[in-house]
Amino acid sequence: MRWIIRVLILAACMGGIAWFHHVRTHRPTRVEVANRAGILLAGNGSEPETLDPHLASGQPEHMIFHSLFEGLIAPAPGNPDGDAPGAAASWSAENFTVWTFKLQPQGKWSDGTPITAADFLYSYQRILTAQLGADYASMLYPMLNAEDYHTGKIKDFSQVGVKALDPLTLQITLKGPAPYLPSMIKHYAWFPVPRHTIEKFGKMTDRNTRWTRPANMVCNGPFKLKSWEVNQALEVERNPHYWDAATVKLNGVIFLPISSDTTEELAFKDGQLHVTLTMPLSKIPAYRESKSPYYHTDPLLSTYMYRCNTKKKPFDNPLVRRALALAIDRESITRNILRAGQQPATGLTPPGCNPDYHVPNVMRFDPAEARRLLAEAGFPDGKGFPSFDILINTSESHRALAEAVQAMWKEHLHIPAGVLNQDWGVYLESQRRFEYQIARFGWVGDYLDPSTFLTIWQTGDGNNNTGWGSQRYDELIHQSFKEGDVAKRLQLLSEAETILLNEAPMLPIYWYTHSYLMRPEVKGLLPSLLEHRCYKAVELRP
Amino acid sequence: MEAAWGRLMRQRMNACALGFLVVLVILCCIGPLLSPYDQSQQDLELKATNPSPAHWLGTDPLGRDMLTRILHGGRVSLEVGLLATAVAVIIGVLYGMISGLAGGRTDAAMMRIVDILYAFPFVNFVILLMAIRGREFWLIFVAIGAVEWLTMARVVRGQVLALKNLEFVIAARACGAGFWHIVWRHLLPNVTGPVIIYASLTVPGVMLLEAALSFLGLGIQPPDASWGVLIQDGAHAMESYPWLLIYPGLFFSATLLALNLLGDGLRDAFDPKSMSQQ
Amino acid sequence: MIRFIVSRFVQGIIVIFAVITITFALSKMVPGGSVKNERFISKEAQKAQDEYYGRDKPWIVQLGLQFKHYATLNLPESEHYKGRGVDEIIASGFPVSATVGGAALLIALTIGVPLGAYAALRPNTLEDRASTLAAILGVCAPSMVLGPLIALLFGLKLRWFNASGWFDSWDWVLPAFTLGIIYSGYIARLTRGSLRETLAQEFIRTARAKGAGEASVVFLHALKLASLPVLNFLGPAAAGMLTGSFIVETVFQLPGLGQFFVSAAVNKDIPLAIGLSTFFAALIVSFNLVVDILQSVLNPRIRLHS
Repeated sequence: MRWIIRVLILAACMGGIAWFHHVRTHRPTRVEVANRAGILLAGNGSEPETLDPHLASGQPEHMIFHSLFEGLIAPAPGNPDGDAPGAAASWSAENFTVWTFKLQPQGKWSDGTPITAADFLYSYQRILTAQLGADYASMLYPMLNAEDYHTGKIKDFSQVGVKALDPLTLQITLKGPAPYLPSMIKHYAWFPVPRHTIEKFGKMTDRNTRWTRPANMVCNGPFKLKSWEVNQALEVERNPHYWDAATVKLNGVIFLPISSDTTEELAFKDGQLHVTLTMPLSKIPAYRESKSPYYHTDPLLSTYMYRCNTKKKPFDNPLVRRALALAIDRESITRNILRAGQQPATGLTPPGCNPDYHVPNVMRFDPAEARRLLAEAGFPDGKGFPSFDILINTSESHRALAEAVQAMWKEHLHIPAGVLNQDWGVYLESQRRFEYQIARFGWVGDYLDPSTFLTIWQTGDGNNNTGWGSQRYDELIHQSFKEGDVAKRLQLLSEAETILLNEAPMLPIYWYTHSYLMRPEVKGLLPSLLEHRCYKAVELRP
Repeated sequence: MEAAWGRLMRQRMNACALGFLVVLVILCCIGPLLSPYDQSQQDLELKATNPSPAHWLGTDPLGRDMLTRILHGGRVSLEVGLLATAVAVIIGVLYGMISGLAGGRTDAAMMRIVDILYAFPFVNFVILLMAIRGREFWLIFVAIGAVEWLTMARVVRGQVLALKNLEFVIAARACGAGFWHIVWRHLLPNVTGPVIIYASLTVPGVMLLEAALSFLGLGIQPPDASWGVLIQDGAHAMESYPWLLIYPGLFFSATLLALNLLGDGLRDAFDPKSMSQQ
Repeated sequence: MIRFIVSRFVQGIIVIFAVITITFALSKMVPGGSVKNERFISKEAQKAQDEYYGRDKPWIVQLGLQFKHYATLNLPESEHYKGRGVDEIIASGFPVSATVGGAALLIALTIGVPLGAYAALRPNTLEDRASTLAAILGVCAPSMVLGPLIALLFGLKLRWFNASGWFDSWDWVLPAFTLGIIYSGYIARLTRGSLRETLAQEFIRTARAKGAGEASVVFLHALKLASLPVLNFLGPAAAGMLTGSFIVETVFQLPGLGQFFVSAAVNKDIPLAIGLSTFFAALIVSFNLVVDILQSVLNPRIRLHS
């Protein structure tokens, strides 16, 4: 009898597993369900800190903001780096200094309230009010008197270069000619925020109010906030009050905060995502070689470099810095370690800033010349060179690159470099206090113009952190601020960059690319140097 | 002692485990010297390659010889694993024993300190250590030592609480035996079992913790690597370059298996009760 | 018994305030303060932020404020996740971590205890070695290796479960197994060791000699006594499992608490860091209390003292 029961139990177990297997393997993937619902599933890195465009500073927020908000000028559907009407229907400029924007006559917030020029005035006043403590307030400094208002030198906001000529006309006056304003104004620091909602939940300068919660939030983009579960998902849905709602093709977007690139890639293969934010370095070669239809790589306006502390010997000597720069085999690094189509940086400003800008190609790999310069600086064959560290923040890829550079300097220059790994906050503080020798540094351009890379190296700039300064360099940059002629302006910037690269307070290594995975049914999500997305043009066609 | 050694070696498995560990230690010490490669020597063009006659266990993405790196890393891992565990065992056993024997308020106070340390914000502590004294190697022992002895102390205290009311301990007390005499003659032999078992379980924890700390920047600095660091890197590239995970993982698990088998053997050898049963 | 519990409760409150102080002090001592943006922030903005979060006040005042928050059970707001209360974050993350951790605990016990008991009853045989090998593999497998392997096999290859995420009612299974397998190794080894010891003791041998069935002897007497080390290991381990593991939550993308333990420290989010360690301390204190009571129930020789 017993064996019959055993056989029966065994059969039941097997049957159960088979049934379970059948049920579980025949359920549709999340992507299939989302395709039917017209919802885009996008990996989005870490959990957003906030949805208040004036308080945000990170990449996850950047990716979400273009769905929820819209600046005066929006990314163009055919080219996200191009200019298309946004909250403003049209605009004109006088000598690139006085800009007049005609707002959309039908422009409304997502609760139906009309958007007027006063909303923009309020927004600019809010981000420039010091008590708010906005990280990106300095983005608005090109505006006349904006810096003085932010630092408290001017108390009266009406002196700042922004005026409402009538409810639908906004005039922005800049300090000097800035042909790049349309590109710059697409950054979220320039986005309008709804006064009526913000003040319903707190003061203008309150950082912790709950106006960005799903039930409360009011925005002006093609989508509005539907739900926001911490560390799980943030969902946006169509905004019926959007002025161009007819163009919007998706019914919604779900942003998934997946912080690990390995997990994100697994989730993509598991059919949970239409598009990832990034992908693991080690997987890139396999996707490239198999010519996977999912794999995409786009150039970015971003440079990876090592900066030198020119306040410390021997890095105060430009010969030493140039020797270090010449001994880095950038080509080998991009081809053998990074392997995602990154370009070796021959200069600081990445290609694509401006088609007419001439990037001075100074950086190259020349170990013989490097040895000669090092000898000239008093360290023949690396003798007597003090040991020093390459400071990096905790990350596997920074470590691999630092190890490679460390080996190159040892091989070509015979100088001893260590790698020092610090937690993000401590790493930033070490650089601000000049307690480092060489430190990794990445700079992401905010708008399409070389000045976004060059202004930070002025003497004493808060982002410089190398102790380097050059009078001639500062002069050239200042002249460029005043120059109204486009070609001459670029000429000045190019001259400045040449000085910078020859002095080498920082050693550019490579220009970033953005590697990610995207399913073929996603149409209209186009590459962008600034990682701007035009969500209203995105479509799902399975 | 000799009798215990004899009992230990009677089991062939114990002898094998011990032999394996001895060979491994010797290999880790002299292996890197015999290897034609330096553990930090790169060959970027080579990238990550499969095992080959030139590189027996393959190379990593920077073209470094894995075998040399594993043997070199073994030194760090064994040193950290065994030393930090020893420190944790000594602190934990003493602390737990004193707490258990003392009882009353002393016991309560000592155990609440353990509770506080359990809830200690470890990541903040590591970041602080790293910020103050960047790269001094001994700090890793401080960081590991701060957390790993806690469970040991609780386990030992539990045993002592159970033992101290047993007839033979009470009898010894009645005869006027001193505190250390009771500890040394009666309690210590009776807690060795759980202590050895738990210690052999602490070693892998410590080695993996060392890797996590090194990743955060405390501990060994690149281009050096320990087993934990190699496994961690290998785990990230698991699908693309499985050998980067498999070989360090094999060394790691084999060592810990040997340590645990030896731990079992030691426990039996030092435990008079279970011997009489065989 | 009641006096014992009350006295432990009072001790627990002292522990919690000590943990608040320590967490606060450690976070404040890290250089870099609140800086977390690579981009330079104007002095004015930095000053405004420091004022807003009360970082310009003397340390002792800031610590006093934290004490007040916890004494009045009115928890502060996170600095990183703006406009989210620490209590709100714990309330949203803990149920997820506790579901996965609770399941993992059950899995660890169901695998670990029988595996260890089986080995202890057959010392130095092939079965014993095999069980040791299995346990050691569990102990040695770091969750960052085991997690992706399990996700690959049961998620991508077999398609039984989602490889990651927290969407359908089955999503607890893979992370719970990852965590459970690792802990089952520890439990199996500890069970084997202490069971071997207990089996050798006088009264068990007497019971055996009297002819009590093997199974009933083991499970009635020996296992009860042998459970001491396992229990003492499990108390804190369970608290850790229920509050979530950073790696398991990252690998499986769970919205649990574990990720916040690391992100609060890395983001210098002091209110959140304090809130989490306080919550964890409360769990540790309660679990160790339960362990101490269970100890005395299982082994009458251990008396509770207040």
